[in-house]
Amino acid sequence: MSSSLITVAYLAAAVLFILALGGLSTNDTARRGNLFGMIGMAIAVLMTIAAFASRHLEVLIVIMIAGGAIGLVLSRRVQMTQMPELVAILHSLVGLAAVLIGIASFLDATIQYSGVEKTIHEIEIYIGVGIGALTFTGSIIAYCKLSGIIGGQPLLLPARHWLNLAILVAVIVVGVKFVGAEDHQQATLLLLAMTALALVFGIHMVAAIGGADMPVVISMLNSYSGWAAAATGFMLSNDLMIVTGALVGSSGAILSYIMCRAMNRNFISVIAGGFGTAGGSSSGASFEGEVQTIDIASVAHLLSSSKNVMIVPGYGMATAQAQHAVADITRTLIKQGVKVRFGIHPVAGRMPGHMNVLLAEAKVPYDIVFEMDEINKDFPDVDVSIVVGANDTVNPLAQEDTASPIAGMPVLEVWKGQTTVVLKRGMAAGYAGVDNPLFVKDNTRMLFGDARESLEALAQAL
Amino acid sequence: MKVAIPAEIHRGEKRVSTSPEVVGKLIAAGFEVIVESGAGSGANVSDEIFREMGAEIARDAESAWGSGDLILKVRPPEFNNELGRHEIELMREGSHLISFIWPGQNEELLRHFAERKVTVLAMDSIPRISRAQKLDALSSMANIAGYRAVIEAAHHFGRFFSGQITAAGKVDPAKVMVIGAGVAGLAAIGAAKSLGAIVRAFDTRPEVKEQIQSMDAEFLELEFEEDGTGQGGYAKVMSKEFIAAEMELFARQACEVDIIITTALIPGKPAPKLITRGMVETMRDGSVIVDLAAEQGGNCEATVPDKVVNRHGVNIVGYTDLPSRLAAQSSQLYATNVYNLIMEMCPQKDGSITIDMEDDVIRGATVVNRGEITWPPPPIAVGAERKPSFGGQAINPEQEAAEEAGAPVAAEPSLLASFSKSAWFPLILGGLALLGLGQVAPPSFMAHFTVFILSCFIGYMVIWNVSSSLHTPLMSVTNAISSIIILGALTQISNSSLLIYILAGIAVFITCINIVGGFSVTQRMLQMFKG
Repeated sequence: MSSSLITVAYLAAAVLFILALGGLSTNDTARRGNLFGMIGMAIAVLMTIAAFASRHLEVLIVIMIAGGAIGLVLSRRVQMTQMPELVAILHSLVGLAAVLIGIASFLDATIQYSGVEKTIHEIEIYIGVGIGALTFTGSIIAYCKLSGIIGGQPLLLPARHWLNLAILVAVIVVGVKFVGAEDHQQATLLLLAMTALALVFGIHMVAAIGGADMPVVISMLNSYSGWAAAATGFMLSNDLMIVTGALVGSSGAILSYIMCRAMNRNFISVIAGGFGTAGGSSSGASFEGEVQTIDIASVAHLLSSSKNVMIVPGYGMATAQAQHAVADITRTLIKQGVKVRFGIHPVAGRMPGHMNVLLAEAKVPYDIVFEMDEINKDFPDVDVSIVVGANDTVNPLAQEDTASPIAGMPVLEVWKGQTTVVLKRGMAAGYAGVDNPLFVKDNTRMLFGDARESLEALAQAL
Repeated sequence: MKVAIPAEIHRGEKRVSTSPEVVGKLIAAGFEVIVESGAGSGANVSDEIFREMGAEIARDAESAWGSGDLILKVRPPEFNNELGRHEIELMREGSHLISFIWPGQNEELLRHFAERKVTVLAMDSIPRISRAQKLDALSSMANIAGYRAVIEAAHHFGRFFSGQITAAGKVDPAKVMVIGAGVAGLAAIGAAKSLGAIVRAFDTRPEVKEQIQSMDAEFLELEFEEDGTGQGGYAKVMSKEFIAAEMELFARQACEVDIIITTALIPGKPAPKLITRGMVETMRDGSVIVDLAAEQGGNCEATVPDKVVNRHGVNIVGYTDLPSRLAAQSSQLYATNVYNLIMEMCPQKDGSITIDMEDDVIRGATVVNRGEITWPPPPIAVGAERKPSFGGQAINPEQEAAEEAGAPVAAEPSLLASFSKSAWFPLILGGLALLGLGQVAPPSFMAHFTVFILSCFIGYMVIWNVSSSLHTPLMSVTNAISSIIILGALTQISNSSLLIYILAGIAVFITCINIVGGFSVTQRMLQMFKG
């Protein structure tokens, strides 16, 4: 097959991928976009097989079908609340693949470069394998944290910044040796040594980041998987891989930026890890007041007698799997003529857009689901706000106390509404370790208990 | 030091410059207090009550004025017909006076003070900075005037303010338009709103929109871009085109609303004429206009200061003494403002005051210092301006001051300056790196590199357009397409080396999981978003 034909096929695939991402700008075009993505991928894979795969075709097909089947089953079985876990584990696969392909490419004796080209090729391999390895272990740790296999607490080794720095320096030193190595065998060992270092680095980096910073971590790993693909593309002189990798890389980078901004933190401090360990209410901003509790019947009465209800979901809704109960209540209230809307904080949940997916799953119409920026000004008109498993994202301290660790973080201003009902298991502080004076405001009522049970009972009562 | 409170002699003035509580607090701060007999009667405070709080009662004006080291007044001193002497003549040389003075309009008075060798602090000249909010008697009085304006309007309006459905038929709520949303305007909005009226408000300063809306009133907007914010949080004169658009809006509103309350003032200028005779004619019979700018000539052409007139069936209220019509309330607030000013000058609470001309607030208020005219004061740094806020003190004035002081600096940095801080360094560094790369890299690499950088830009442009509710599908679909890495494995899989074959095989296997899994889960999610 002529190389021009391959190039045209790759060009088509690249355009289709761009359309796939562009389609996500609205709900209506998103599905068509996804279809474009699939077509693009199919074209790219089939053309590559036709052009390059000459032996063991039947084995190749078996492998692909087996992999595809596993992927299909995974994607069908996954609960929407577990989306972050799935995304994390899929990232790790991209990372692993980048490592394998990079090493294979280095071992491949048929590719021969000399001079500067050889150096550049080796650097590309080195970087590709490094990012791949880092993505691989980082994503696995992220998966473990998200699924609760290991705790969400940040792992704080003493001198962890120095450890990171030492690994970085070691990677560079090994890299210089690797490029300069005459002996192929020695170079292979150096490459493997760096791979090991990058694997350790990935583990350590994500282990040091706390549970609620996961939206940033997931976006960041998303970005890395893209950069790994791009580096592999350089290594193999494949423009389609470069284009796709760059698209994915910048996508992840933008998501990370959006998430960081929503938490009013800078990227470096998230990556450096250890947020929230500075210690509880050490800012000295303690507050006093009585917590006022409320029972299900009163909430039901409150809701049916109000006109304008705002629901503010957080990660607690996902852990309690309460999205269907929330949707039930929403439907009942809308039927009763109550205006119900949802206010979503950008970092609610464990990955970007997590809450939107859960609400969509429960068939909440998406035109009543609003972003924080769209809805914040409306709180003064709201009769009742229901906070389901959110804490830091509704903490007035972010605006009121400049000494607070969450100071300046944009928050949903529920306290400006008439009444706020907070569903919560207990009085524990949120992830940031900051007490929340919202809970003792005069117009706040607490409904303690499991969010799902409470909401199901509430739906009954309505 | 002896604080003297003479009675007000201006015709119709019912206020008094102190209140029983403030008398108590002054005495606690080490001052002696003497109150002229009957000074508080207009504000329903008897001599007896002042005496109970520890004040001495002076028989007449002469003894009150003559015995005080610090005299508190509401209205500027004027000629006392009964005594046949000017009030300033009654002051002792070297004594102090705190009062409204209006130095801009009363230069004659300033000279008179200077001759008398006294020190005068004008409550109306206190700079409008955050720290001075608790001394801001103008805001206190404006607040009362705004409230009272609504009460006057209600008094002259033959209907309810609130809508009702009664057995005897339906009552429409009154429609009120408030022009100018300063302190008085906001107070009027609040009062009219709580009586149940439908309230609309207009102001040339766009930043008050939120304040108006926060009071549940409708903000009338012009299809016109011009910011009317002048110095010190006051309004400024607007362009001709703006005024034309504004007048058209008022003309339209005049046909609809029942009550118009105007509070538009521009410092140092006659009040702008906003409601023409023609507009008055188009208003329904029985409508009311309350013109809070009557003293400065009025916002309405038909206003007669100090009178209520009926023109074309519309009652036009031009009272200039609205605060005095709520004498008890305004005396109480004014007294507190004055007390706060005294405490600024008496931090030790030792019963004596010092005039610190280094202090912005005191410097601004002092119009005559020991016989020397010190008005007008030098301008205060722009950063210390404050927005007029409705009623009382800001939650955290110091913080507000700090924020506002920082704001003008950050607001309009020159393009170059903003650039130099953050962007130049990485830009230059990046440029140098590219240059270095261009020196050594082979052309084939540079071709790929070009593709890479352009793709990053495309990605950047495309991703910012992605709806935030679709961020999770975005992640899963980018995940799927990042498995394009499978192409690498596919090119290697026919390699003759077994090791490479195995490595590539594994890579194909796992990327296939990823491709199918990623696309399929994306599709599943997007189905849900179908709604």
